[in-house]
Amino acid sequence: MSDAREALEIELLTEGIFRHYGVDFRHYAFASLRRRVWNSVHAEKLVTVTQLLDRVLHDTDAMERLLLQLSVNVTSMFRDPSFYRAFRDKVVPLLRSYPFIRIWHAGCSTGEEVYSMAILLEEEGLYERSRLYATDMNEAVLAQARKGIFAMNVMPEYAKNYALAGCKAQLSDYYLARYDFALFRQSLRRNVVFAHHNLVTDGSFNEFNVILCRNVMIYFDRELQGNVHRLFHASLRRFGVLALGRKESLRGTAHEHDYAELDAVEKIFRRSA
Amino acid sequence: MERVLVVVGASLGGFDAIATLLSTLSAGFPWPLAIVQHRSAEDVADTLPVMLQRRCALPVHEAEDKDPIVNGHVYVAPPDYHLLIDGGVFALSTEARVSLARPSIDVLFDSAAAAFGSSLVAVVLTGASSDGAFGAQRVKAAGGTLLVQDPATAESRVMPLAAIGAAAVDQIVPIGAMGEYLNRLAATRR
Ligand SMILES: C[S@@+](CC[C@H](N)C(=O)[O-])C[C@H]1O[C@@H](n2cnc3c(N)ncnc32)[C@H](O)[C@@H]1O
Repeated sequence: MSDAREALEIELLTEGIFRHYGVDFRHYAFASLRRRVWNSVHAEKLVTVTQLLDRVLHDTDAMERLLLQLSVNVTSMFRDPSFYRAFRDKVVPLLRSYPFIRIWHAGCSTGEEVYSMAILLEEEGLYERSRLYATDMNEAVLAQARKGIFAMNVMPEYAKNYALAGCKAQLSDYYLARYDFALFRQSLRRNVVFAHHNLVTDGSFNEFNVILCRNVMIYFDRELQGNVHRLFHASLRRFGVLALGRKESLRGTAHEHDYAELDAVEKIFRRSA
Repeated sequence: MERVLVVVGASLGGFDAIATLLSTLSAGFPWPLAIVQHRSAEDVADTLPVMLQRRCALPVHEAEDKDPIVNGHVYVAPPDYHLLIDGGVFALSTEARVSLARPSIDVLFDSAAAAFGSSLVAVVLTGASSDGAFGAQRVKAAGGTLLVQDPATAESRVMPLAAIGAAAVDQIVPIGAMGEYLNRLAATRR
């Protein structure tokens, strides 16, 4: 019984943005997209979604603001420490047998997840032979990720996560404190490539041993999720590892049976076919 | 048959209130329930659904992304995610906290009101927050039914009072009678 006019206006908005700017939100999950669209309508001091379409079609600055509003970039270092523990226990032993390790962080946002992985690999002695490809559709978050500078006031929380993740040293060994900021060591970035990639419109660009796509596809509808799973399956080596967010699953996708569960709770899968 | 959804929001003191509500629902309760209980991000060990299951005849789950909403099942929002209703399935989001909360009751109620309109029953329980007040307005604006725990029976009356102040409540119900009230509502709307 959803409001049919509201649904129509949101459809026209995403269609208009796609046709004019080529950015495709047409298959994002409706409920959370709707929330963010209304946040934009209010932030622009407008009343209807159709007014927002009018504005973004005629004002590229407004379009920039809308892009920022529509993407959810919330992330943190060692988010879900138990995931990193499981990765260390179940994935790291598999990676040891590879001479060269390619990892794709799809939807890396501001990079906290990538730096966390770099630290984990460093501590496991695997970083030297690893290459991390960190991609996002949003240039603004990538620019921040490349800097590796995070707010000092979140470091206590990250340090707690780091310890819970079973890491071996002190998080503060990896950064310099400068006033309100933590500058992460340049060397953590030596094997990281940050690049623009849109999961909706861009294709496969390499073959990976590990793909992490956590808390990105929750914003997609099922059809788009299916497409992205096809992309991941095609980009993952046989016996490669796929890690999803802790409340996501492969259920109902065409590739459900092409993976075995490595960790059912942490949503770590291994490609079997 | 009308497809109805019950959404429930609770904060401080919520565990006992939710357990009481669930334990007094009849075993054949026909509607699905989606519950937001404010909880800490670290609470990841599935404890809330497991503890509630002990008090409830209906199957209790922690909702996952795109889970279908099945009649007679109880779904709890996972910690550190907003829970939304997206047509006939659940959706999750890691968007910023709303009223300091993730999951937020307002986010669940607002999305449920958009998806279920007059076929939504929303229940505001105990809490020391004003989360749920905006959601209660959205529920009423969409023609849904709004029930609020009688503040006199709430461990913290702030949240029930905020909802009562924000929207035209259909019924104020003591917590001990809330399950029975829903049983009767379901029986009359079959
Ligand atoms: C909530 S963040 C997840 C960050 C991190 N993976 C985590 O779990 O903490 C979601 C990210 O997905 C990105 N994203 C959304 N749609 C995308 C798309 N179509 N292609 C690539 N990235 C996308 C957003 O820009 C955002 O940075």
